[in-house]
Amino acid sequence: MTAIDILGLEKTYSVGFWRKKPKCALKPLHLRVEEGEIFGFLGPNGAGKTTTLKMLMGLVYPTAGSAQILGMDINDPRMKAQIGFLPEQPYFYDYLTAGELLNYYGQLSGVAPKERERKVREVLERVGLPDVSRVQLRKFSKGMLQRVGIAQAILHDPRIVFLDEPMSGLDPMGRREVRDLMEQLKHEGKTVFFSTHILSDAEALCDRVAIIHLGELQSVGAVADLTSSIEGKIELIWHGNKVPASMKSLGADCHVTGDTVRAVLLEGNQDAALEALRREQLRIVSLIPVRTSLEEYFVRKLQPSKAVAGVTQ
Amino acid sequence: MSPSRRITITASALLVMCLTASVLLLRQIDRERTGTTLEEVLYISSPTLLKRMSLGYDGLLADIYWTRAVQYFGDKLTRGSEHFDLLAPLLEITTTLDPHLLVAYEYGANFLAPKFPEGAGQPLRAIKLAEFGIRNNPNQWHLYYDLGFIYYFDLEDYAKAEKAFADGAKLPRTHQIMPIMAAKMAEHVGNIQTARLMWVTTLQTTLDPNVKANAVAHLNALQVDEDVTTLERLTSHYREKTGHLPQSFADLEAANLLRGIPTDPLGHTYKLMPDGRVEVRVPDDLPFIEKGTPIGYIPPRTPKLPPVN
Amino acid sequence: MSGRIVHIASNTFREAVRDRVLYNLIAFALLMSGAAILVGQISIGIERLVVINLGLTAVSLFGIVIAIFIGIGLVSKEIDKKTLYTVLSRPVRRWEFIVGKFFGLAGTLVVNAFFMALGVFAALLYVSRHFQASDGWVLVALYFIILQFLIITALALLFSSFSSPLLSAVFAFALFVIGTFAEDLRGFAGLTKGIVRWLATGAAYLVPNFSALNVISSVAHEQPVAGQLILSNTAYALVYAGMALCGAVLIFERRNLK
Repeated sequence: MTAIDILGLEKTYSVGFWRKKPKCALKPLHLRVEEGEIFGFLGPNGAGKTTTLKMLMGLVYPTAGSAQILGMDINDPRMKAQIGFLPEQPYFYDYLTAGELLNYYGQLSGVAPKERERKVREVLERVGLPDVSRVQLRKFSKGMLQRVGIAQAILHDPRIVFLDEPMSGLDPMGRREVRDLMEQLKHEGKTVFFSTHILSDAEALCDRVAIIHLGELQSVGAVADLTSSIEGKIELIWHGNKVPASMKSLGADCHVTGDTVRAVLLEGNQDAALEALRREQLRIVSLIPVRTSLEEYFVRKLQPSKAVAGVTQ
Repeated sequence: MSPSRRITITASALLVMCLTASVLLLRQIDRERTGTTLEEVLYISSPTLLKRMSLGYDGLLADIYWTRAVQYFGDKLTRGSEHFDLLAPLLEITTTLDPHLLVAYEYGANFLAPKFPEGAGQPLRAIKLAEFGIRNNPNQWHLYYDLGFIYYFDLEDYAKAEKAFADGAKLPRTHQIMPIMAAKMAEHVGNIQTARLMWVTTLQTTLDPNVKANAVAHLNALQVDEDVTTLERLTSHYREKTGHLPQSFADLEAANLLRGIPTDPLGHTYKLMPDGRVEVRVPDDLPFIEKGTPIGYIPPRTPKLPPVN
Repeated sequence: MSGRIVHIASNTFREAVRDRVLYNLIAFALLMSGAAILVGQISIGIERLVVINLGLTAVSLFGIVIAIFIGIGLVSKEIDKKTLYTVLSRPVRRWEFIVGKFFGLAGTLVVNAFFMALGVFAALLYVSRHFQASDGWVLVALYFIILQFLIITALALLFSSFSSPLLSAVFAFALFVIGTFAEDLRGFAGLTKGIVRWLATGAAYLVPNFSALNVISSVAHEQPVAGQLILSNTAYALVYAGMALCGAVLIFERRNLK
């Protein structure tokens, strides 16, 4: 079944003292996420990712459009019992201990009293915080808070997990662990919907991604499909330290290191480049294609509108 | 994906119901508590302590107490004598909180000093109050007037009354009546003219409606006393002349003793009784009269003061 | 449903306790002990009066201050700190959240008042050496003070649902002061005319009626409190608090959480 069905969700804020200036945070969005996939929601800061998530959580009301999760309405408590949410840079009641917090959330999510203690223990172990049950949250580091945040999101065994910037505040080890956790969730049959602006994570994890910019959906699809749509680049290495003048005009990115030159240029200019080198009688060391990263796709796709980007908040 | 309609309707309906209920309950509570707020002044044994506890907002507190008192006393027709219990503590508290609230001292002279049912019958307390007022407002001629008023009417101490008026007469800005009053006090006698002068002055110099109404009632009473004395004298004169009592005022008119049918200050004609006495038609409307009441007449518990416009 | 409200309420209670709010009891205990001892030494014949007046006034004021200080942040703090996000993404309805918060704070105040009441009676025992029948009315006065707490808590919660903590505190405190003179306000309104009368009367009936809930001085003078008044006041407090809560629910239901 469709895990998340977004039908024209739109949000416009009225800004200014007399509430006259409309500011569009999200243009009408249409999106479907299937059960069991890891879906990445990508975009620069201020693109509308958090706004979308808040509307899905029922924290903000849309100006137009609607959405359904697991076929049920956003305000339906039955639906909410089956989802988990980790907000961006979460903050929790700092007067509680980790165990008390998770127990409280368990109560609110309807976890049976007999099971709560066990589940709290299990989930803390799972996020790598086995010994902190009695420690007050005010003593936690940012990374620990992030893990607690993930813990509360999966405590009640939800079918879908929504994560807003789950890697923020984590060191590389932590990020690795979270990535592994997300993979595990997928293997358990859960759906993971997460937003991020760290593209390498998305590339490694996601089945599909959506890219959003300035409140507008730019593209949706599997990573491979998206990156393959961009014209590839090649890396060309030759002996010597001479860079033919024509290389520059081909838009090549050249670096001289000792006795070799390394240049990266568009695949389409391959023949012209080889021709230039042959004319100068420079010896080619290697010619290999460079894999287009999602970042490349990102930068290329969003480049023109960056000039018009303006204020991001 | 919008605010739940069910919640909106339920909460709005509940809100309206609670609002209505709260208004109805408030009216009920007010009925149960009439006057209770004011009765609390009976528990304030130390006005100075209250002043200190008011943390500098004593002016506002004085105004609140005074306004409560005015509303409360405006209702006195329904209360009978009870409200006089509150008068002394009320005046003392109000003047402690705000010693410059001159109308409070006026109330002391007009309603605290006189005997029941006109007042609370506490002239000595009223004297203390007036003296407190003079200490705090030494240049207000009206306070000396109030003091002399109490000595004259309620204690009949003409010497002290004269001193009060004389002191007041010495003030840089005083009323022309003060030296006149001082002189009259020196005559050591209370007569209708002096009394009338006093009440006229009170009527002209007060701003308070209750005090005005009281003064008008007293002036009416003085007029009635004078009229009845005069008319009864005429009746005796008639009897001496003719050997029998007049049947009506027309007889007196015919004998050239009277011009027109006499009426009291309220416009009702006097009644000429068969035994030669003169009575007023509606004694309940004329409180404080000493003459012209029917035999065995018992005045109402609360004097009925004339309405003030 | 009611289970969730209970959980939210107990969490609110726990927060207040861990916020060291109950430490005010220490200050109160010191105050009462000092007053009782002082008055007992001087022995001016009004010991009971002072202990009851001072004790009950302190219970009332301490409680009102706590109610306002905690109440104004009940909703706004959770929105600012975003702790609300993880709560509302669970099967918790927004109105359950408001009601839970109300009971949590009200419960805190009742517990606080209970301990203070023990202190007042202890001081009373100290100065009088034994209890009297009229001490029962002190319980009624305490009950009325608790009713005041309910009203102020509901109002603080109402303001917290849409206003910043500072403004909420100002409004709540202003309403408390005006409410203490509510009977006078209704009297004033009766004296005015025309459109001013309509506005003044409206305002006078909307303002919480704290004047009828303050029987401290009459209880100190051993005056009884009419049973009818106890019933009316109870109904009024419940209805008024309910009104404020409905307002809070309506506003919070509509709020977009930034």
